[in-house]
Amino acid sequence: MREAPSKNNGKGGVILAKILLEMKNITKTFPGVKVLSDVNLQVEEGEIHALVGENGAGKSTLMNVLSGIYPYGSYEGDIIYDGQICEFHYINDSENKGIVIIHQELAMVPYMTIAENMYLGNEKGKKYAIDWNETYGEADRYLKTVGLTESSHTLIKDISVGKQQLVEIAKALAKRAKLLILDEPTASLNEDDSKALLELLLKFKKEGMTSIIISHKLNEIAYVADKITILRDGQTIETLDRNVDTISEDRIIKGMVGRELVDRFPKRHDVKIGEMAMEVENWNAYHPLYSDHKVVSDVSFHVKKGEVLGICGLMGAGRTELAMSIFGKSYGANISGTVRIHGEEVKLNSVKEAIGHKLAYVTEDRKGNGLILGNPIKINTTLANLKAISHRTIIDKDKEFGVAQEYRDKLKTKCSSVEQNVGNLSGGNQQKVLLSKWMFAEPDILILDEPTRGIDVGAKYEIYCIINRLAAEGKSVIMISSELPEVLGMSDRIYIMNEGKMVGEISAEEATQEKIMACILKSDQHSEGILGTPKERAKQQEGE
Amino acid sequence: MKNKFKFSEGLKKYTMVIVLAFVVILFTVNTGGKMLLPQNVNNLIAQNAYVFILATGMLFCILTGGNIDLSVGSLVCFIGAIGGTMMITFGINPYVSLLAMAIIGVLAGAWQGFWIAYVRIPPFIVTLAGMLMFRGLSNVVLQGMTLSPIPNPFLSLFNSYVPDIFGMEGFNLTCFLIGIIACLGFFVMELLGRRRRQQKGYHVDPLLGTIIKLSLISIVILAFMYKLAMYKGIPNALIWVTVVIGIYSYITSKTTTGRYFYAVGGNEKATRLSGIDTNKVYFLAYLNMGFLAAVAGMITVARLNSANPTAGNNYEMDAIGACFIGGASAYGGTGTVPGVIVGATLMGVLNLGMSIMGVDQNLQKVVKGAVLMAAVIFDVVSKRKSFIAKQ
Repeated sequence: MREAPSKNNGKGGVILAKILLEMKNITKTFPGVKVLSDVNLQVEEGEIHALVGENGAGKSTLMNVLSGIYPYGSYEGDIIYDGQICEFHYINDSENKGIVIIHQELAMVPYMTIAENMYLGNEKGKKYAIDWNETYGEADRYLKTVGLTESSHTLIKDISVGKQQLVEIAKALAKRAKLLILDEPTASLNEDDSKALLELLLKFKKEGMTSIIISHKLNEIAYVADKITILRDGQTIETLDRNVDTISEDRIIKGMVGRELVDRFPKRHDVKIGEMAMEVENWNAYHPLYSDHKVVSDVSFHVKKGEVLGICGLMGAGRTELAMSIFGKSYGANISGTVRIHGEEVKLNSVKEAIGHKLAYVTEDRKGNGLILGNPIKINTTLANLKAISHRTIIDKDKEFGVAQEYRDKLKTKCSSVEQNVGNLSGGNQQKVLLSKWMFAEPDILILDEPTRGIDVGAKYEIYCIINRLAAEGKSVIMISSELPEVLGMSDRIYIMNEGKMVGEISAEEATQEKIMACILKSDQHSEGILGTPKERAKQQEGE
Repeated sequence: MKNKFKFSEGLKKYTMVIVLAFVVILFTVNTGGKMLLPQNVNNLIAQNAYVFILATGMLFCILTGGNIDLSVGSLVCFIGAIGGTMMITFGINPYVSLLAMAIIGVLAGAWQGFWIAYVRIPPFIVTLAGMLMFRGLSNVVLQGMTLSPIPNPFLSLFNSYVPDIFGMEGFNLTCFLIGIIACLGFFVMELLGRRRRQQKGYHVDPLLGTIIKLSLISIVILAFMYKLAMYKGIPNALIWVTVVIGIYSYITSKTTTGRYFYAVGGNEKATRLSGIDTNKVYFLAYLNMGFLAAVAGMITVARLNSANPTAGNNYEMDAIGACFIGGASAYGGTGTVPGVIVGATLMGVLNLGMSIMGVDQNLQKVVKGAVLMAAVIFDVVSKRKSFIAKQ
C-alpha cells in the first residue's frame, strides 16, 4: 500500500489521498501510427474520474491498455495499481484485480437470461456443474443494487438498452469490481436512463467505488466527475480538479480542441462554386432493427457544383446513416424525404439508381464495406462500373488493366502492380484504390465518409489534393469527417450534425473549432436537457 | 531471390495438379499399369461425368460465400424419375422429356434460390429440406420401383461414342485428330492473345514459361485422346462435360456475371454498395445448380439405363468435395472452374485406382475423407502465418 500525496496542482492545496491507479508515460504505437504518447493518468480512490477528448484522441486505447486487451509488452510505460506495478496479459488478469471495463458496444448474448449473461465466463459452482440456484440468487441481489426490478430469469433481448447497460454494471459488480471503467455509457441511452445511470455512479461513489468514465457529453461529466483528464492527439493535455478549477463546458472544449492549425491543407485556387447540384429536404430514417429509433431526423441540406461541403459531428451523430440512406437506401428503414439532383426530384431506391444519377458514396469502413481485400487492385477499381469495361457483359480484361493503371498513376497509389491484392496495401493506398473505384464510376456528386481515417499524414495530404481536384473539375464533394481541423481546412461550407439532426450551418470564414464543438455539445444539452445548470439540477432534485 | 519466390508461388498454385500427377503415377505403378489401360481411362470419364457437371454448378454456390447445395443428389434422382416416367410409363418423346427434365431442374433451383436469396433462409437448411423432399418425391413418382430400359434415342445422346469417320481397325483416328486439332487451336489462341497483349503494352508471362505450360497441357490432352482412341473413341458424355466446363469457365473468367459471384463471396457489403444486386447473384447460383443437376440427372439415367429411387445417392458430397479439393475457398470468393476439374479428376482417379487395386470400400471412404480434409487444411493454413488460429 502506498500513501501518495496528491499532486500539487499549482494552486496550493496539497491533499493527502490514496492513489488507486497510476498510469505512467504510456506510449502505444500501431504499425505506422503513434496512438498514445507519454500519457499519464492518476486516479484517486473513491473518485469519479472523467476522460475526455475528441474522436481518436486515444481514450479507448488507453483503457484497453489498462484492461489488458493490449497486453503487457505491447506498450511502453508502467501501470501502477494499488501500489504494485502490474503486467496484465489478458483481460482476466486485470479483472482479478478488480479492474472491470464496460465497453461502449454492449456485449450481451440476446437469447440468454440476465443471470447467464452476468456470469458468462465466470460461472458459479463447481467446474463440472453450474450452481444455477446460486447464479440466479446472486444475480438478483446485484440487480437490486443497480436498481433493476427485473427477474434475472428474463432474456436479455426482452429488456431495453438502458436496462442492458445496468446489467453490464451489475455484471461488473459481480466480478467484485474496485475500479469501474465505463466507455460512453450513455451513448445509446435516453434521457431518463442516462440520469438513472449517473445517479447510480454517484451512489457507488459514496460506497467507496472508484470509476473512470469516458464520455462526449460534457454536461454529464460536469455533473458527476471529480476530476477530468483531457486527452488530445494521444497526449495528456491537462487534468482539471473540481475542487480547484472552475469546470465549465467551454473550459473543457478549449482543452479538447486547442490545437495549432498548421498548414496541413493544400490551397485551392479559383474556387468556382456553380449552380445547385443536390438538395435534400426533410430527410428521415429509422434504425433497421429498432424501428422506433429515429437515426436521421428531419435533415435538410444542399450542395452546389464545385463545392466542398463538410459535415461534422461526433461519432454516432447520424452522418454515415444520412449518407447511406440517401445512397440508394443502403441503410435504414422507413426512409422519407425528397432528393433533388440538378433541380429534378429523383427516387433513389437502390444503389444502382443512385449510381445512375451520378452519385457516389465512399464508405468510412473501407475494409468492411468498401474493398474486396482478397482481390487485386484492378478488380476493385472497376467493380462499381463494370459496364464501362465490358461489351455485352463480356469483360475486356486488357481495358480493365489499362483503367486500373490509369487511376494508379493519377492517384499515385503505391503498389507493385495493379494485380496486387488490396489486402496487402497500406491504409492510405487502400483508400486511394477506393477513391479510384468511385472516380471511375464518374459521379457528379461524391460523398466521402471519413476519407482520411487511419492513414498517415502524407497520404492525407494527397487525398486532400484529390478532393480539391475533383471540386475544380466541377464535381460536388460532400466530406463527412470527425476531424475538425480537416473539415475547417477543406470545406467551403460546413454543416454540423448531432443526434440525427442538423444543428448548425456555418461558412468556412466564420468557422472555428470552438464554435463547432460548442454547437455540438450545447445542442446535446438542448435536446437532452437532463441535467442543465446546477440551479436547475437542484430544482429537479427538490421536485423528486 | 525473386525467382525462388516465384517458384514457391507456382508450387502453391499448382499443388493439386502436382498431387494429381503423383497419385496417377502411384496407382499406375501399384496396379502394374492397369490404371492407364484405355478402358479404364474411358471409365474415368463415363463414371465421373456427373461429378464434373455438379461440381461446376456447386462452385458457383461456394463462390458466394462457402454456401453448399445438399439437395443435388436427390434432385438428380428426382429429375431421372420424372424423365424415366415420362419416357417409359407414358411413352412420351425422349426429346420432349429431355426438355421437361431441364425445365423441372430450373424450377427446383428457382424454388430453393428464392428462399435462400430473397428470404435469406440459410442455404444449409433450404437444401437439407430439398434433399429430403426431392428424395421422397422420387420415390413417390417411381412408386418405389425401378423403370428400365430407357429408349434408345435418349441413351445414344449420352451413352454412345462419337462415330469414327475413318474406320481404322483398333484405333479411332477421328478421336485422335480432334485431340490434335484441340491442342493446335489452344496453342494458336494462347499465343495470339499473348501477342495482342504485348502489342498493347500489357504485362505478359515469359514466352518460355508459356510454351512449357502449353506443351505440358497438350501432352496430357494428346495422351488422353490416344488412350480413348485405343478404346472406342470419344464418349458422348465427354462432349457434354466439355461443353459445360467450357461455358462455365468462360462465364467465371470473362463475364460481368461471373465477376459478381467472386465479388459477393469476397465482400458482400462492398458489392451491394457498388450497385450490384446481391440477392440476384445468390438466386442465380441456386437456379443454375438446379439446371446442372438436371443435366447430371440425364447423364445418370442414361448411364444406369434406368430410373431408380436410389440413384444420385451422395452425389452432393462428391461435388462439394471436388470443389474444395480443387481450391475453392470454404469462405467463398475464390475458386476456378479448371481448379474444380482438377479436384473432380483427383477424386475420380482415387476411386478408380483404389477399385482396381481392390481396396476395401470402407477404406476408400477413409482415404477420400482424408484427402478432402488435407486439401482444406492446406487452403486455410497457407493463407495465414501460423498453424493455430489466433483468437
